[in-house]
Amino acid sequence: MAFIARAKLLDAEDMRRIIRRISHEILEKNKGSDDLALLGIRTRGAFLAKRLAKDIEEIEGKPLLVGTLDVSMYRDDIGSRPQARVGPTEIDFDINEKKVVIVDDVLYTGRTTRAAMDAIMDFGRPKVIQLCVLVDRGHRELPIRADYVGKNIPTSGGERVKVSLVEVDGVDMVEIGKES
Amino acid sequence: MDGKSKHLLSIADLDEEKIISLLDSARSFAQVSTRPIKKVPALRGRTIVNLFFEPSTRTRMSFELAAKRLSADVISFSSGSSSLSKGESLKDTAKTIVAMGVDAVVVRHSSSGVPHILSNWIDCSVINAGDGMHEHPTQALLDLYTMRERLGRLEGLKVAIVGDIDHSRVARSNIIALNKVGAEVLLVAPHSLLPAKIEEMGVSITGSLDEALTWCDVLYLLRIQLERVSESRFPSLREYTLQFGLTQTRWSKCTSKPLVMHPGPMNRGVEIASVVADEVEPVITGQVAAGVAVRMAVLYDLLGGGNE
Repeated sequence: MAFIARAKLLDAEDMRRIIRRISHEILEKNKGSDDLALLGIRTRGAFLAKRLAKDIEEIEGKPLLVGTLDVSMYRDDIGSRPQARVGPTEIDFDINEKKVVIVDDVLYTGRTTRAAMDAIMDFGRPKVIQLCVLVDRGHRELPIRADYVGKNIPTSGGERVKVSLVEVDGVDMVEIGKES
Repeated sequence: MDGKSKHLLSIADLDEEKIISLLDSARSFAQVSTRPIKKVPALRGRTIVNLFFEPSTRTRMSFELAAKRLSADVISFSSGSSSLSKGESLKDTAKTIVAMGVDAVVVRHSSSGVPHILSNWIDCSVINAGDGMHEHPTQALLDLYTMRERLGRLEGLKVAIVGDIDHSRVARSNIIALNKVGAEVLLVAPHSLLPAKIEEMGVSITGSLDEALTWCDVLYLLRIQLERVSESRFPSLREYTLQFGLTQTRWSKCTSKPLVMHPGPMNRGVEIASVVADEVEPVITGQVAAGVAVRMAVLYDLLGGGNE
């Protein structure tokens, strides 16, 4: 399967501004970065979380808790999707009573977010869980809504949104297209 | 699905990439066992049967624990208390169990090849948990996992395997697996405990444990299987220990200490002196913990993917 891009929706500059804006939104909503923790969903969400954390640390001038979540063990759709290697979950802090922000690249059916919430609950009881995504492409199958959205992109079910990040793909951009 | 197998019958069926991918996943699963809630829902609703026709403590418990930590349901079967003692054949027993609707069967049998035969007869996944003198693939995986975590690499690693190679499925699986990942293997044993044409598996052979000790990064001691090997293979146990046992004298003379491993259960005073066993115990109990993680990775790989 190859991805054929139809249009480029975000470039590196757009992404940098979005991350800056969301950093401020997170701080505004949570009144600062005390008791705040970002958890990025593997693979691309993890890198987005690190970028957000860097921005927030810069703005607030103090370190922020950031971790990485692999939700493959919590998915409800194993058996119906090809399986990737299970990566490590890295949460080296206590999440009890923390304000946890889940960070992911694309919000689609909501099933990944559901799996992420289950995974987090196994580590403790956060005070609140919020959701931050770079792209919301609609078509939810569960009652889940993001608190922070980089860009809303209306799509049809047959389309695919491809997020590329420098850390993984060598370039920052978001494209829409089809698998063929 | 990408030629993905639904069975694990032999380590020979896995290529290097697959082995490394399982070891990587095992690292993530190992972490589950350190959490306050040692359970993930990955295999919820799947049923796994442990079919053990030969006594086993650690392997059976390890598979059971692995399945439970993945939220699968587990039924354990041991031959002593079953209809096998009423004369039911292996085929009928297996068919009966599968008719109850299970997703995987974990088999241990004293005859080589039983898992292979079962995989032809029944429709679900079959995992070899040790068959006769043939193979024990998950043991090899957990040993590789332990070496990799402790020493940081597998490629180019020098591994000496000491003892009863002939009767050992653990040795056979480890030799195959170590060859695949680019480690060097040296067998240390009397000729009477080496199978014919073993050199063809790509290993070197020596009769001197002292020589092996100066060479190796990992010293893998096998259990002298008192139930399988008669003393006709060597003059006496004492004689064996003097030549091939990791005695206290030998260990204290050894300057660059290798990683000492043992599949358990250890015969203290035979292949390893009790004092030495105490000293290297953390590694050996570490192997047991690794066993659960590696088996979680194997079960998840076979049952978690697109089998349906």
